[in-house]
Amino acid sequence: MRKLLAITGNEAIAYAMKQINPDVVAAYPITPATEIVQIFSQYAADGEVNTEFVAVESEHSAMSATIGASAAGSRAMTATSSQGLALMWEMLYIASALRLPIVMPEVNRSLSAPINIHADHSDTMGARDSGWIQIYCENAQEAYDSLIQAVRIAEECLLPIMVTIDGFIISHAMEGVETFEDKDVQNFIGKYKPAHPLLDINHPITIGAIDFNDYYFEHKRSQIEAMNKVEPVILKIAQEFNKTFGRSYGLFEEYMMQDAETAIVVIGSTAGTAKVAVNNLRKQGKKVGLLRLRVFRPFPAEKLSKALSNLKAVAVLDRSTGLNAYAGPVCTEVASSLYTNSEKKPKILNYIYGLGGRDIFVEDIENVYKDLEKVVKTGRTENLINYIGVRE
Amino acid sequence: MKNMVEIRWHGRGGQGAKTAALLFADSAMSSGKFIQAFPEYGPERMGAPVQSFDRLSDEPITLHCGITSPDIVVILDPTLMATVDTTAGVKDDGVIIINTALSPAQIRKEMGIKGKKIFTIDASGISKSTLGREIPNTPMLGALIKVSKLLDIEKVLDDTKKKLEKKFRTKPELIEGNLKAIKRAYEEVKGE
Repeated sequence: MRKLLAITGNEAIAYAMKQINPDVVAAYPITPATEIVQIFSQYAADGEVNTEFVAVESEHSAMSATIGASAAGSRAMTATSSQGLALMWEMLYIASALRLPIVMPEVNRSLSAPINIHADHSDTMGARDSGWIQIYCENAQEAYDSLIQAVRIAEECLLPIMVTIDGFIISHAMEGVETFEDKDVQNFIGKYKPAHPLLDINHPITIGAIDFNDYYFEHKRSQIEAMNKVEPVILKIAQEFNKTFGRSYGLFEEYMMQDAETAIVVIGSTAGTAKVAVNNLRKQGKKVGLLRLRVFRPFPAEKLSKALSNLKAVAVLDRSTGLNAYAGPVCTEVASSLYTNSEKKPKILNYIYGLGGRDIFVEDIENVYKDLEKVVKTGRTENLINYIGVRE
Repeated sequence: MKNMVEIRWHGRGGQGAKTAALLFADSAMSSGKFIQAFPEYGPERMGAPVQSFDRLSDEPITLHCGITSPDIVVILDPTLMATVDTTAGVKDDGVIIINTALSPAQIRKEMGIKGKKIFTIDASGISKSTLGREIPNTPMLGALIKVSKLLDIEKVLDDTKKKLEKKFRTKPELIEGNLKAIKRAYEEVKGE
């Protein structure tokens, strides 16, 4: 029987991990992801999972141990946030290039300095080109559902995957989450059959060998190709998930986009707040829409451009900054993909918001739609990059 | 959003403001409501002013921002009212529930509160007599249920009993005491 539980985002993730029952979890606690590791280690200590739980001394070691476990042929997971992810940096690239299907929940938090424990996307945006699949969730339910799908996606694509939630806003907020029975989750993810396990001594292989100018490029090229094949796999598994469990997910979610003239593109929990803004403005007869980007890596350029091409103006909201990049990371990708994929090009505005957990309210988002309306009326954009809720 | 109620809890670190917000939301979910409950995270420590929040609705809640204009404010510690703006943003027809032995009229005069509906309940006194120590959060739940009219008290008592039975398997006196505290506060809360 399905159970509706009042649990936080972290609890939902830990519960999904329990039902996934990985062979190995090597992790190090960090705010605001600590509870995931803490709750899961309790499951391990109580014998509720068969997992070998490895308490390591740093996130670099957490990812290293997870890589070792995955290469050996086990279903391996870890979880982290912010500085923890930053410390994993060199190992992230090794996990993806070794084609290890590691699943990692990541709780989005700002990066130091200044020290801050609250939500923004700087941490995973910094890892966006590390060859990991990235799924950003809006709420605890989606985190639970996505983590279950992530196991299948990673293992079919032979690529690591991170599933993220916004720190505190989702990780520490209690919501109703519908959970499935253990056996149904197990049936969905299936038994893990590693492709090339190191421990298969009858088929000895070398992993992580040196690879100079003779073959390095070819191996990188094949890694790119592996990433190119991810999109249909995500959609196929989402469809199967929907058939089994009755909730539908895609590369992105379109909200009131059908006849929209202007729209916001946003990632994570802010999309939920933005939906209320869209509802309010729709009641006033404004043709506004919302596109919540869920899969950021691989970037769904073609489908996203198609979804945005008929708009007159679009605002891309970034919860991280490119500092001196052309724009925020989400905006840069959206603008580039529209430039090359679409004949029609809506006007684009970029909004940097919510750094270090600065709250964003319905009214802030309604103001963005007002700006878009002005751009449509005048045909002009004043600044590409704008800021929400910062004291200048 | 239709029929959405937003609640802000004020307490001091250690008084159970977070637990109360979670308990209330949990009970509301058992009664078929869509819920959210979240604390405010700052440099919290024992005794420092803290806040926590609830959202309840008959429809799914997609809002993920903080609550700035609550319908109901619950104040676990009346001494907070002197230093924290506990009525900030409360709607004109909003409700304030305060843990105090004073009457609503006395508190209104003392704190100079204009407008809004004030309710008072001696939650500290009740918890001392039912639990033997001062834990005002569960009696305040009882007062909130009465004042908000959002949930059915019998259902909440039933639900809370089940939860406490799991939590306090070895301390049955705490189960009885907490249930009594909720019930008494439900009956004794006074409005103007």
